[in-house]
Amino acid sequence: MTINEIQDELISDFAFFEDWMAKYEYIIQLGKELPLIKDEYKRDDLLIKGCQSRVWLHADYKDGKVVFSADSDAIITKGLVSLMIKVLSNQKPEDIVNADLYFIDEIGLKEHLSPTRANGLVAMVKQMKLYAMALNSC
Amino acid sequence: MTHFDIQSIRADFPILKSQVNGKPLVYLDNGATTQKPLAVIDAIRKYYTEQNSNVHRGVHYLSQIATDAYEVTRRKVQDYLHAEHAHEIIMTSGTTQGINMVASSFGHAFLQEGDEVLISAMEHHSNIVPWQMICEEKKATLKVIPIHDSGELDMQAYSGLLNERVKFVAITYVSNTLGTINPVKDIIEEAHQYGIPVLIDGAQAIQHLAIDVQALDIDFLAFSGHKMYGPTGIGVLYGKEKWLDVMPPYQGGGDMIKEVKFEKTIYNELPFKFEAGTPNIEAGICLSAAIDYIEAIGLANIALYEAELLAYATKALTEIEEIRLIGTAREKSSVISFLLKGAHPYDVGVILDKLGVAVRTGHHCTQPLMDRFDIPGTVRASIAMYNTKEDIDALVEAVKKAAMMLL
Repeated sequence: MTINEIQDELISDFAFFEDWMAKYEYIIQLGKELPLIKDEYKRDDLLIKGCQSRVWLHADYKDGKVVFSADSDAIITKGLVSLMIKVLSNQKPEDIVNADLYFIDEIGLKEHLSPTRANGLVAMVKQMKLYAMALNSC
Repeated sequence: MTHFDIQSIRADFPILKSQVNGKPLVYLDNGATTQKPLAVIDAIRKYYTEQNSNVHRGVHYLSQIATDAYEVTRRKVQDYLHAEHAHEIIMTSGTTQGINMVASSFGHAFLQEGDEVLISAMEHHSNIVPWQMICEEKKATLKVIPIHDSGELDMQAYSGLLNERVKFVAITYVSNTLGTINPVKDIIEEAHQYGIPVLIDGAQAIQHLAIDVQALDIDFLAFSGHKMYGPTGIGVLYGKEKWLDVMPPYQGGGDMIKEVKFEKTIYNELPFKFEAGTPNIEAGICLSAAIDYIEAIGLANIALYEAELLAYATKALTEIEEIRLIGTAREKSSVISFLLKGAHPYDVGVILDKLGVAVRTGHHCTQPLMDRFDIPGTVRASIAMYNTKEDIDALVEAVKKAAMMLL
């Protein structure tokens, strides 16, 4: 599936939630399910510092695609990280670099991607694109 | 709680009628900043419609009006603090600037290699970093008074740290993270036995406790207007005349000079020596309205009401099994910090916000204190005079919901 196909699927998934609580319960659930990053990658040089919650991000390159794994110490952030990974992992570097991540806005979670939110998420998306950019130029 | 008319107080703060995410706003982030009463909002409008002009400069009518109004605030602050002289009241941009001013000016005049400065483990970054900077520059050592697990200052350790090498003590009156009220009278008395001056960070005390700088024998006191129902961008540094007189100016510029020649400048007298440049005139003038508002209700009444509310909140939150309070000092004011077992404070804050409850989450600019407790941060509810038991009930309900969702 392309990045946009995955985004559209998430948007229609989220349309089923009747209120914010159901939506957040789903995100929390995703956070709990996110496969943990291998311990060896949960180290300071892979840490993206938000002011409040922290995110670890690791990228692998397999068969022309970037595979991301990540973790966060806050469960809601982790759930959002999980959504980002669903959308951007296993994609070609150039597609990641050029991705327009409109789904966050569409599913009503825009506030979490505000640069002042201090949860590390904006920095993580930037870092994902930087990884892809580095691989793309190889 | 019948000491004052809470409904009429709430009616004075228009923002409290707001809705957040479809829910009535429950504002419990007063430690970060307080909301403003109509009296202050009206004063700001009045300033720009009737008084706007630069201060301490012009001979024209408006300039005199603005200068007079600005100086009224200085005298109001003098009375509020029971300071001996009006010229001991330096208008600043806020607590941070006040502390930087003292660290820099006092440090440049009096700190030498091998000297020591004492702060406590519960200081806000703004009462840590300025001292680190001047200590580094002067090759002095910054030492930290430890705290007990309850969040109370280790007074025995403090006594042990005092000696002839210590040239300054800087400590908060009320901890912004723990709510601990420090025994500043004892702290100052002990320091003075060695002739050491003491700066009190009053940012979290000035709106809750009566502070008499002469009775407490405080050498320096810094606080912010916006945390005492006043405008943002104005603060006060109180300093004893005997210290301010012998300290060099912090910044150079207009207003702080008596005579400027290219060979030498004669500095202006107090307080202007420390007030270079055009100040925040609007906020300076309108701080008066905030002080009037507090005094009309009475700081003693406010303190009593807030203490009851804090006790109510502490009891109600403690009844939630998964809650761990951070900061259980016997003497506390207005702040209740907690963790929901296993949940990150950020997650709790997000859920509370969805329910219309505004709290602060994170390290509260006290990272070393968070390290001391080995936690990433806390959820902090901080109360002001306009909060109610209903606000606390809403907080408790929201925390229970967060626990249900997150744990």
